[in-house]
Amino acid sequence: MLEATIQKALRDFTLDLSLRVDDGSVLALMGENGAGKSTTLNIIAGLLVPDSGTIRFNGTVVFDEKAGINIPVEDRRIGYVFQRSAVFPHMTVEDNVAFGLRARGCDPALVKNKVSRWLDCLNISSLAPVKAAGLSGGQKQRVALARALATEPALLMLDEPFGGLDMESTRSVKDAIRQCITDLKIPCILVTHHWEDAMDVGDRVSTIQKGRITREGELGDWEFSQHAT
Amino acid sequence: MTMSTSPHAGKFRTKLACIGAGVLVLAVALYLILPIIALFFRTTPDLFFETLRDPAVISALTLSLTTSIISLVIVILVGTPFAYLHCRNQYPGKVIVDTIIDLPLVLPPAVAGFALLVLYGRMGLIGKYASLFGITFAFTTLAVIMAQIFVASPFYLRQAKSLFDQLDPAYEMTARTLGASPFRVFARVVVPLTAGGLVSGAVMTFGRALGEFGATIMFAGNMPGVSQTMPLAVYVNLNGDFNVGLTIAILLVLISFAIMIAVRLLATREVPHA
Repeated sequence: MLEATIQKALRDFTLDLSLRVDDGSVLALMGENGAGKSTTLNIIAGLLVPDSGTIRFNGTVVFDEKAGINIPVEDRRIGYVFQRSAVFPHMTVEDNVAFGLRARGCDPALVKNKVSRWLDCLNISSLAPVKAAGLSGGQKQRVALARALATEPALLMLDEPFGGLDMESTRSVKDAIRQCITDLKIPCILVTHHWEDAMDVGDRVSTIQKGRITREGELGDWEFSQHAT
Repeated sequence: MTMSTSPHAGKFRTKLACIGAGVLVLAVALYLILPIIALFFRTTPDLFFETLRDPAVISALTLSLTTSIISLVIVILVGTPFAYLHCRNQYPGKVIVDTIIDLPLVLPPAVAGFALLVLYGRMGLIGKYASLFGITFAFTTLAVIMAQIFVASPFYLRQAKSLFDQLDPAYEMTARTLGASPFRVFARVVVPLTAGGLVSGAVMTFGRALGEFGATIMFAGNMPGVSQTMPLAVYVNLNGDFNVGLTIAILLVLISFAIMIAVRLLATREVPHA
């Protein structure tokens, strides 16, 4: 479970919000450009430092301004997939997925085993020896997802992961995300502009405006047409 | 008043413009290439290869290649992490550091050599203390390397800075979230993704170091086997053994051509976007 209370002064407004995401649940975080969605993810990941607040994963404090706790980004066990998948183009698909495991010093046999499992899981086993530079957008997002999940993160964060994908790729990546969250029972935050994405992948929705949560609730509580952003 | 042009007049003007452009291109190209061609016409293949075995040529060639390679290795080892840290961090005086990096590009090399002498010479600010411990910088092979680094390093640093600025931060952010330490991110992600451009910058730096003249003669002197690099040997042999000077000059031209071809090939490799 993720519990976060964050305050950070930004250029145009102060980000001030609380989030709670249960295990196996997807929170769709929606809002306009510049509302503070990606900044929120970067703070939770440890890429940005908030001015104050606390962040807990499964009860473990990773940030507490008052207690002076700020676990470095590489030790937070986060799976983070960006809109631009940031698949390392100079590596093969297999090496991309193995990157996090090797960085964490996993045994080579275990690395091989886990890489093979996640390549299978995301249906990209046949791409294992292929250089990532030559992949399509949908394939890259699958590799990015496999790479993020292979490290068995305590939290998965997806920042507009369907941007630039065609309909078929979007559908298959959505299915893969939903399946992985259900299997791993980890909390997930999905940042998106599109109600359709929130409906397909999310369990709960929060809207954010100028750094504050303006509305939140179960997906069923929302009236689709009235709140489309 | 209306202006009308016949089709013939239009064609004539187009033709004239083409001829004018052609003449201009030819004039510029000839101006640049004729002195180079002239070098090759002053020797014969037999004489060139025979002079290549001259001890003066071998000495200058060995010294130039050795010092340039050492300079390049130092510039790469120090310059790559420096440029990366410089790009990724904000610190007081960053703009000043940026200007200092570029300064040797516009500074006359003779002034650079003079400045190095004032600092590291036997009576220099640092040199006078170093000499107390028996350490001498000026007029040694070490001085040749120091002069080359001073003059040539901006070529590499500017290229490295530009590449690191262009690199999409999403790669580094992703690598960090996957558990990679900052050093691992740098070594496994940043350097491989910018390798083509870094090699291109390194080749340019090597070329500049190899051709260094002004700073070297001021700070390191002109002693055969110690500080007489290829450009200095060319200069000395203008009034000495002309064939030795000519052979070294042709060698430098050939190396420069090879460097430009290498840079052109490597320059096609762009920094990838995420």
